[in-house]
Amino acid sequence: MAEISYRQAVRDAMREEMMRDPRVILMGESITGYGGSYAVTKGLIDEFGPKRVMETPIAEAGIVGFAVGAAMGGLIPVAELMTVNFALLALDQVVNSAAKFHYMFGGQWSVPMVVRTVSGFGQLGPTHSQSFEGWFASVPGLKVVMPATPADAKGLLLAAIRDPDPVIFIEHSLLYSTRGEVPGPALGDGEVPIGQAKVVREGSDVTLVGYSRMLLQALHAAEVLEREDGISCEVVDLRTLRPLDYPTVVNSVRRTHRLVLCGEDWRTGGFGASLLSEMQDRCFDDLDAPIQRVAMRDIPLPYSRELERLLIPSSEDIVTAVRRLS
Amino acid sequence: MRADGTGTSPAVPAGAPGGALMGGARTVLGLGREDRREHLRGLPSGLAIRLYSAMTHLRAFDERAVILQRQGVIGTYPTYFGEEAVQAASVLALEDRDWLFPTYRQTAVVTLRDCPSVVPLLLWRGHPGGWHDVMRYRVAPICIPVATNYPHAVGAAWGARLRHEGWVALAYGGDGSTSAGDFHEACNLAAVVQAPVIFLVTNNQWAISTPIVKQTRVPRLAEKAAAYGMPGVRVDSFDVFACYEVIQEAAERARRGGGPTLVEAVGYRLGPHGTADEPSVYRDPRADLLWAPMEPLGRTEAAVVEAGVAAPEQLLELRSRAFQELRDVGDRLGELPLPSVEELADSVHRDTPWPLRPERLYEPSWARLEQTPPWS
Ligand SMILES: Cc1ncc(C[n+]2csc(CCOP(=O)(O)OP(=O)(O)O)c2C)c(N)n1
Ligand SMILES: [Mg+2]
Repeated sequence: MAEISYRQAVRDAMREEMMRDPRVILMGESITGYGGSYAVTKGLIDEFGPKRVMETPIAEAGIVGFAVGAAMGGLIPVAELMTVNFALLALDQVVNSAAKFHYMFGGQWSVPMVVRTVSGFGQLGPTHSQSFEGWFASVPGLKVVMPATPADAKGLLLAAIRDPDPVIFIEHSLLYSTRGEVPGPALGDGEVPIGQAKVVREGSDVTLVGYSRMLLQALHAAEVLEREDGISCEVVDLRTLRPLDYPTVVNSVRRTHRLVLCGEDWRTGGFGASLLSEMQDRCFDDLDAPIQRVAMRDIPLPYSRELERLLIPSSEDIVTAVRRLS
Repeated sequence: MRADGTGTSPAVPAGAPGGALMGGARTVLGLGREDRREHLRGLPSGLAIRLYSAMTHLRAFDERAVILQRQGVIGTYPTYFGEEAVQAASVLALEDRDWLFPTYRQTAVVTLRDCPSVVPLLLWRGHPGGWHDVMRYRVAPICIPVATNYPHAVGAAWGARLRHEGWVALAYGGDGSTSAGDFHEACNLAAVVQAPVIFLVTNNQWAISTPIVKQTRVPRLAEKAAAYGMPGVRVDSFDVFACYEVIQEAAERARRGGGPTLVEAVGYRLGPHGTADEPSVYRDPRADLLWAPMEPLGRTEAAVVEAGVAAPEQLLELRSRAFQELRDVGDRLGELPLPSVEELADSVHRDTPWPLRPERLYEPSWARLEQTPPWS
């Protein structure tokens, strides 16, 4: 086991897969000089050269459309969109091309590509601090992955690149510097299958479901609740939002009978909203209390650090939600 | 470093000032000494001083903003050091009724329309006091998603045309923005309908760490205009007098019904992309040295004094006044209280409709809505 950063884990996955599979190419804005907006691809240009690490003009729709075509042309493109906010400019290519071609043409060929992008906040202002995983996760034909730890970041990106379908891989800007153990070569390459959630903390009183940064917030809340209230929280990391591993969540709720869904996206129409409806279908008789959601209020995130702190869902909000249940 | 200019080692200087890169760019400051003096003396009375004063103000704003960012009073800030000439010219060459469509790099242009400096500084503090009065100053809200402001300007200009109001719209952007689909769509649309609009593209050769050669095979961006069927003009972005002329000509053409113009203000990004950037990671600091003499404020000052249009003391006085004003504004900035989250919630919609009330007040899922809908 080696301890590395989340950023390094993402980079390692790309690097190792590029060495293994010559079809894999990277593309994106400022990904050579600066290594992308969060320096994730830094140094890869030196190793693989400009044909495989392609710096693109500022053209999000073009980048994703190019990737769709490149996938048909026999490559496996990993396209970086600087942040998920700029994915808005590429939505048609994601939803109407990448996600549809396999289905619309009788499964003759698929579109093996990855769109790597970044959610997060931190004084980025209303247009640059949004979370759209719920939108992507609502699109049949896409797979949507949001890792919380370095090991999952690496393992899931390997799986995403090897996957025959288009995968939206959403990193989190505030996780890049977090560190964690990642399996070394002795344990294989550490691929983590898409579509498997993970119980990361066992507990008996309530199930907290999170992903990406909110998973860490849920873990923190679980510690606080254990210490201050004697409440035992089970924490589930979804890791993949589509296809979603319902059995793992359902099994947990069967034991704890209480459920809190933790997300960073907007309350209305956020990912937690559809998860909630599905969970109440599947677990209504197991639940002792209404399912709680921790989500962003329906307000665009302001630029001010102080106001941002007041709005962004945190571990305190999770603690409050759990206390409401007891 | 590879032959095609890629690599993580800093890129070699992309052309020296005055060389091929600036080829075909209109200049006044680059004229011979006699011609330059003649030119400045021939300007309408007071114009040179007004341009200098506007540039000074922009510089004082920019320097103060960087200091405030370092002090933690404001957030990440995109400095425009070196773009004072083209920005000042863009406002002064237009009439006050003409509309401006800025990006993140032109947040201070509104202050040249007499909006107090504290307003855009508050924007970078994330304070609602930073939302300038859009209709009063006729300066649109800034667009940070690259190139998304171009179509707005075209639409606004079309409004002016349909209502025979005689004003024009000017949209700002950078070299990188010309790669974006919105730029193409806006240029095409503007030319098709002959909208009275000016696309002012400041080609500073860099888009964060992407050099212009990786952005386009047509590094003379003005040439792109031909493909849309509109005039394209190159001008030295460091030359406030040349920028003024070019933009004024474009505005006159638009006003006469002559349609859009693409103005390429060419130069170099003298500073970093923003306060969070470190250019030495991706470009050779020697290039910065090559371009440093093009710094516009000093050049303008030298030319104005040389032409005898203003005395050095007068310029010094203008400068110290601008810097003092910004120092005072900056000192008071941190004291203003921030609004509450409820106030933010109230500004999401013009009229917050009943079904959207949850955005105002969080309700736990089991709480019965006690309130009755207003229509019951
Ligand atoms: C649609 C979109 N994609 C990416 C970004 C990230 N980004 C911010 S500024 C910038 C570079 C813009 O370069 P240019 O147009 O040359 O303007 P400059 O910053 O040099 O003034 C990029 C890529 C963005 N803001 N919007
Ligand atoms: Mg630029």
